[in-house]
Amino acid sequence: MSSEEWQIIGFTAWVSACSTLLILPFGLGMAWLLARRDWPGKSLVETFISLPLVMPPVATGLILLNLFGRRGPLGGWLHRHLSLDIIFTWRGVLLALGVMSFPLLVRSARVAFEEVSPRLEQIACTLGASHWRVFYSITLPLALRGIIGGMLLAFARALGEFGATIMVAGNIPGKTTTLSLAIFERVQLGEDADAYRLLGVSVALAFVAVWGSEYLFGRKRRPA
Amino acid sequence: MKQILLKIIGLALVLAAACPAGAADIMVFAAASLTDSLRAIRTSYESNATDHIDFNFAGSSTLARQIAEGAPADIFFSADEAKMDDLAAKGLIDTATRQSRLGNSLVVIVPADSPLSFRAAADLTQPQVERVALADPQAVPAGIYAKAWLQKSGVWPALQPRVVPTENVRAALAAVESGNVEAGVVYKTDAAISRKVKVAYAVPMTDAPAISYPVALVKDAPEPAAARKFLAYLASPAAAKIFVQFGFTVRN
Repeated sequence: MSSEEWQIIGFTAWVSACSTLLILPFGLGMAWLLARRDWPGKSLVETFISLPLVMPPVATGLILLNLFGRRGPLGGWLHRHLSLDIIFTWRGVLLALGVMSFPLLVRSARVAFEEVSPRLEQIACTLGASHWRVFYSITLPLALRGIIGGMLLAFARALGEFGATIMVAGNIPGKTTTLSLAIFERVQLGEDADAYRLLGVSVALAFVAVWGSEYLFGRKRRPA
Repeated sequence: MKQILLKIIGLALVLAAACPAGAADIMVFAAASLTDSLRAIRTSYESNATDHIDFNFAGSSTLARQIAEGAPADIFFSADEAKMDDLAAKGLIDTATRQSRLGNSLVVIVPADSPLSFRAAADLTQPQVERVALADPQAVPAGIYAKAWLQKSGVWPALQPRVVPTENVRAALAAVESGNVEAGVVYKTDAAISRKVKVAYAVPMTDAPAISYPVALVKDAPEPAAARKFLAYLASPAAAKIFVQFGFTVRN
């Protein structure tokens, strides 16, 4: 394994983990709102959030490219006021991964919240617990399994993302190249041996992530 | 009235039944930089022929790979000789049909509203140029040519960290059009089709490697007879006229 390959592996794992952690508070907030509250436009918001799941990733990437490009409404503002560039930088990778994996986190967490009996929350309320306290001492622990499952799904999605990433961040060696992009490029260059080596790494990464979660859950459930 | 209608329907049926036997679908795998010129040539060709032409435009490296994997191509139109040599070495090209009459040149482009201007390759290294879009310099001909020019000019080591490699030359053009990179190196013919970019520097022919587009019949072509006819048309003065209109040079 060359140092360039190690860099790609490290970057992919790091940026996928960052994107999962970055979307976590928003994802949990949105999932809770969808599970526990009724509000006008809820089904519209729900559909909108799920779009990256069903749209071609390249199309999602194109939307992000237009929004966050230097001439785009959001990217233009960031460039002028914070001199921050998103497109063709590692931030672009983070953005693409975050948007693509957000729906997976929200869906899992929403189901997890819905499975927590509202009665338990009501009881805690009647015993004088604040809304926040109910959330982190009742709802969150009971929904933890589903939330971690959602985080793993989001992480796995991020590890494998291709279409949106290549649109938004390009494939810049040492800067925005992720495992999927590197595998694709190696195949294009006819360097199949390198591609298979990276393929092996991505299988190993996915395996460790899923197996690790099984192990964690096994431990957590034993006392109960 | 009814009889006329029946006759028309009958005629249409006969024509519909006759068409598939006579007309062929020719699949042309062509370098992305040829997109607009070949589409124009198709329009003029199809107006006089029954055959239909389909294109697969991409970076020549991608196309060569696809043909090597057995993609159903009739004609390969590459943006560099090396990709054609690769396929010829693998025995996938009918080398007797190979010809290279088309040439191109490189230009440095900037967004149309950019204040940047360049007088030499070294000007690309000024700090205002944070990123430069090129077709992938490892694989795609336009990028390989651009890298060769920048290496010859001695600015490649300084410029390399700023390079944004793209899948083909048109993607490099798009990156400059959108203003997400400050400059790009593309073919003169790509710069000519976009109003959102301007040429900041035309690379002199003597500084860059000769850019040559070989075209040939693919050995396992599904429609070899029809493809040969289209190849002959590509070598005709009518096609040459269209290529020249789009800014290519045509050798005889």
